[in-house]
Amino acid sequence: MITRLKSSLPLLGIAALALALLVVAPAVLSDLRLNNLAKYCCWAMVAVGIGLTWGRGGMLVMGQGVFFALGAYAMGMHMQLESVGDGGIPTFMILYDPLAPLPAFWEPFRSGVFTIAMIVVAPVVVASILGFAIFKRRVKGAYFAILTQALAVALATLISGTIKYTGGDTGLSGFTSFFGYTLDDPLNRRLIFTITATLLIGCLVVVWQLYRSRFGELLVATRDAEERVRFLGYDPANVKLVAFVVAAVMASIGGAMFVPIAGIMAPKSMDAAASIFFIAGVALGGRAALFGPVLGALAVGYGQSTLSEQWPGTWIYVLGLLFVVVTIALPGGIASLATRGAGVMAGLLVGRRPSHRKAASA
Amino acid sequence: MFKSRNRMMSVTVAALTTGLLLSSCGGATTKDAAPTAAPKSCVDTSGDTVKLGFLNSLTGGMAISEKTVSKTLHMAADEINASGGILGKKIVPVQEDGATDWPTFAEKEEKLLTKDCVAATFGGWTSSSRKAVKPVVEKYNGLFFYPVQYEGLESSKNIYYTGATTNQQIIPALDFLKSQGVKTLFLAGSDYVFPRTANAIIKLYAAKLGIKIVGEEYVPLDKADWTTQVAKIVKAKPDFIFNTINGSSNVGFIKAYYDAGLTPKKTPIISVSIAEEEAPAMGHDVSGNYASWNYFESLKTPTNPKFIADWKKYPGSSGVTSDPMEAAYISLYLYKALVEKAGSFDVDKINAAAKASKITFDAPEGMVTLDGENHHIYKPGHIGKINKQNQFDIVWESPEFIKPDPYLKGYDWFPAATRDALVKAAG
Repeated sequence: MITRLKSSLPLLGIAALALALLVVAPAVLSDLRLNNLAKYCCWAMVAVGIGLTWGRGGMLVMGQGVFFALGAYAMGMHMQLESVGDGGIPTFMILYDPLAPLPAFWEPFRSGVFTIAMIVVAPVVVASILGFAIFKRRVKGAYFAILTQALAVALATLISGTIKYTGGDTGLSGFTSFFGYTLDDPLNRRLIFTITATLLIGCLVVVWQLYRSRFGELLVATRDAEERVRFLGYDPANVKLVAFVVAAVMASIGGAMFVPIAGIMAPKSMDAAASIFFIAGVALGGRAALFGPVLGALAVGYGQSTLSEQWPGTWIYVLGLLFVVVTIALPGGIASLATRGAGVMAGLLVGRRPSHRKAASA
Repeated sequence: MFKSRNRMMSVTVAALTTGLLLSSCGGATTKDAAPTAAPKSCVDTSGDTVKLGFLNSLTGGMAISEKTVSKTLHMAADEINASGGILGKKIVPVQEDGATDWPTFAEKEEKLLTKDCVAATFGGWTSSSRKAVKPVVEKYNGLFFYPVQYEGLESSKNIYYTGATTNQQIIPALDFLKSQGVKTLFLAGSDYVFPRTANAIIKLYAAKLGIKIVGEEYVPLDKADWTTQVAKIVKAKPDFIFNTINGSSNVGFIKAYYDAGLTPKKTPIISVSIAEEEAPAMGHDVSGNYASWNYFESLKTPTNPKFIADWKKYPGSSGVTSDPMEAAYISLYLYKALVEKAGSFDVDKINAAAKASKITFDAPEGMVTLDGENHHIYKPGHIGKINKQNQFDIVWESPEFIKPDPYLKGYDWFPAATRDALVKAAG
């Protein structure tokens, strides 16, 4: 009875979240708030990936901005080209040479199909190469974290420094349409929200299935006792690589959806600070729990919007304080509250005290 | 057994969500003849107040500059309220923080227009922040007043630009250099859109004037090390350095400049981002160098002394006045003049009034006039030489107030192909 209840809890949770995002939110929220929520959903997709790699895999990925940028710039380039019409080149390029052809690497992004393919393929390729090189060399811990962080810094600098090809610091903006749908139309914005929320739920389903699988067990084992996993005949590098690649794809999809929602993509949205911001939500929500990263990312996004409306100029301190309080009082994050609650509930249902160990490890 | 049942359930969830997704399709596509009209404005001015949105970065890297603009807007609002408001309605400012983050600017602009229902919005500093706000303000047919000199090549029916466009700051600077008999010029800038665009224009106009560009160097906005670039300047021996570096990167540049033995006597700098507030923060005596602005604190105009005195005693003031904050001050008064001419807070009526009649304001930089076609203002060009008190001695001024020309239509050396392509891209 209790096992059965426990194993269907995640599914109930996902269904509840789907209901909240896809039915309740569009019904009760204004266009403005729905668009804000769409933005948080993008961050939440990145967060789900971080939960997988950091929470379950023990790899602190501090440079998810890199993969966020891959998806975001693929989408941004496509939308920019779509907005200027057939044969046009982006406004920022015109100034340097109005008659120059589009740079070769931009050209394929005129195709929507190619763009969507790249949003998935690019992070897989980049994360595989990076992950292979890093994990086979057994780079881990703080070294791994610093390495990923450095990559985010390097990519942000590269984009800033190649203004003629990427729009540099100012970034890509001035989009008018999204795969043929005009961005001005409120109905289309709702459509974009629905796609984003659905993708987020898709990410959660994927991670949930991974956690339930043998791979999930192996990933946790690798986190807790890598040497032992190796002695048992598994290669921890492969296990980590899979988690790293999956997280990269999620960050890339989040980045891609961020562009039509935010209307601008610049290095500021993917640099070192932004990458740390992604982690803050995960830590707040509870990194190892299935729903922790999602809840954390949504909460931080919501907090950022509403606190800054209440206290413009000082909201960042309020957010910081909240972060400190949660980290000290609830080391398992917000999600541990729910897990504790669920454990107590389940215990009450069968008239038994919840197992303390189970609640702590969830 | 148990597992497969859960799999089935997850498939059901997926199918359900896909169904929901498909059912919500159906907005306007780009192929539709008439796109859905802009959402209806929720601005309510029936009471005795009018809400205005002030949007600047109060946190993050740009806060140091933008807070001054924000404070000036509040000062102007207080002044206008003290003298009876706009059309008899008191201004109620709604302050938002752009947090030096461009998507946040877009989010806050949308919040100001649709939740707070403000009649107009003011602020911004970086070009990125303006570009983030532009699609939002156009979508909701709102108004945004932008107070900083910028790279031009833009116009929008929903934005009013009270800072200089390139032909009111960059071109006067080159005219001044020509009058000084300058033969060679070195371009040093931060690596972002304003310096890149400014330098593209400088190169075109310098060729026309017969000034030779002997070098061009860029450093990222947040980098302060200019040692290698300054070494190239030393080697090139230019008559003048044209400085389009922005923000704190200037401190590193100035340090490298003096460390390399360069002096304002032999190789002076002309800057477009160093004003009264920045000059004392350079960590070096920079007197003898130049700057090109429309407004200087040292200007002798009828309204300037009162502006300076009011600012000095305004709570939280930075003590000195400068060009961007003066342009912010203008923006609110310009809005007041527009509303009063239109007799309404309605955006379309305001734009019509801007086109139909001559809107003027007796600003600290002089009597400025609005160009109703491109939403920029006529401004005087001034070159100031920095003195020991970090104030600017005016050494050159344009013969008359310069007509704003964001697309440089009146300049035959600017390639028509570029202009046409840009105008076409802007729609």
